[in-house]
Amino acid sequence: MKTKKHAGNNTAELLGEKRRLSPAISDEVAKQKMAGYTRRGFLAGGIAAVAGILGWRWTSDETKLVLYRRSFEFNERVSAALYRPSRLAPEFSPDRVSPRRVNGMEGLAGEVNTDEWRLAVAGLAGRADDLLLTLDEIKLLPRTEMTVELKCIEGWSVIVNWAGVRFSDFAAAYSPRPDDLPPYVSLSTPDQKYFVGWDMPSIMHPQTLLAYEMNGAPLLPEHGAPLRLASATKYGIKQIKRIGRI
Amino acid sequence: MAKQIEIKHTLAIRWLHWVNFPLLAMMMWSGLLIYWANPVFRLSVFGYELFHFFPQGFYDALGIPYRLAEGLQIHFFFMWLFAINGLAYILYLIVSGEWRAILPVLGSFPRAFRVALHDAYIVKGLPPQGKYNDAQRIAYTLVIVMGAGSVVTGLSIYKPLQLSWLTSLLGGYEWARWLHFWLTIAFVLFFLVHVIQVAIAGWANFRSMISGRDVVEAPLAPVPAPDAEVGV
Repeated sequence: MKTKKHAGNNTAELLGEKRRLSPAISDEVAKQKMAGYTRRGFLAGGIAAVAGILGWRWTSDETKLVLYRRSFEFNERVSAALYRPSRLAPEFSPDRVSPRRVNGMEGLAGEVNTDEWRLAVAGLAGRADDLLLTLDEIKLLPRTEMTVELKCIEGWSVIVNWAGVRFSDFAAAYSPRPDDLPPYVSLSTPDQKYFVGWDMPSIMHPQTLLAYEMNGAPLLPEHGAPLRLASATKYGIKQIKRIGRI
Repeated sequence: MAKQIEIKHTLAIRWLHWVNFPLLAMMMWSGLLIYWANPVFRLSVFGYELFHFFPQGFYDALGIPYRLAEGLQIHFFFMWLFAINGLAYILYLIVSGEWRAILPVLGSFPRAFRVALHDAYIVKGLPPQGKYNDAQRIAYTLVIVMGAGSVVTGLSIYKPLQLSWLTSLLGGYEWARWLHFWLTIAFVLFFLVHVIQVAIAGWANFRSMISGRDVVEAPLAPVPAPDAEVGV
């Protein structure tokens, strides 16, 4: 095919756009050739469309789950590669705190008496049984405050001021068995109705707190009194309230 | 009468164009499954709400299952395919030189205005153009920018800690989410105008996106010294 430039003072000419034209042919031949090209195009496109739709329909839900799981694991590797413990989420001035928002009451049935409540910590160096800590004992550890965005997996976010102990400070004071350093940390409510697993790099991030205060006051029951996780790195769904056991 | 067959859309352009349709559709479908969980956006004028995204009837009509986790799963799978297809399209435009047919220049804007007036049946006659008129150039370039914008805003919502610099650049998490949503609405509007324009333009134009080719009148005089020969 021959090329020729578009004529006239226009964008095509300015950008040097070229046309790809066949040699001159008769009307008859042009019609014939076009019919062939069109048939071929529709055939290929049609086969691809039908194969795509049928292929997707015939793929079982189990296979799709495996597919999604694989892509989830791939995404996890990508985000882990991008993760830097030193990279902090933006912090805000405490006067920018949003009106508080309550969401999720799983594991919070009944009341908890802070004086009777104990945090059970398993897997500590030098002991086989759980260590039981009172809130006052936890408050003896260095106090950290942060005002960060709490992001919900549903899509909303609020700015919250938290005070508590960095999990990394807590882990330094109550260290896990060094010969058996776990890659994950499991946390659950006293009634075991709610539980989360955290990867070690995320829970050791400087903006992951065992929080006992929110917006300048002790935690309210609906926000996870007496102790909860607060984080700028993970969605609210991972920031377990009313921790019973670590 | 002598005719010439013109290659309008190469095989690569056609595939990238058509493959984008189901990919974007899956992104929007799964996006709705996610959006449903926190449907906050609305169209309002001076505080008066004109339209809330979305009325219950919309979810019912589309049969949107109220499954956030499933939406996230699908979204975070197809996002790669959508991004790869878009990236391949941009690379192809650059390498093949097809960008010359799509990119607008500063002078495109007055000409595009003229095209808009023509398409609205206000004035007669189109300004000179190449493969695409200047309104098309602006629209097709804009939609590439929108695609890139969806990927960038999406990433900044997806990993706001790892990519916190990007999220901050977009004005923070909330603004990134706002942009991500309105870009999707813009895609829907683009799609509607695109389909209407294709319907108006007629069969030969639509066919060219399938066969890649169109028939044009050959000039009466023999074509003077061609610039180059290319294969059929």
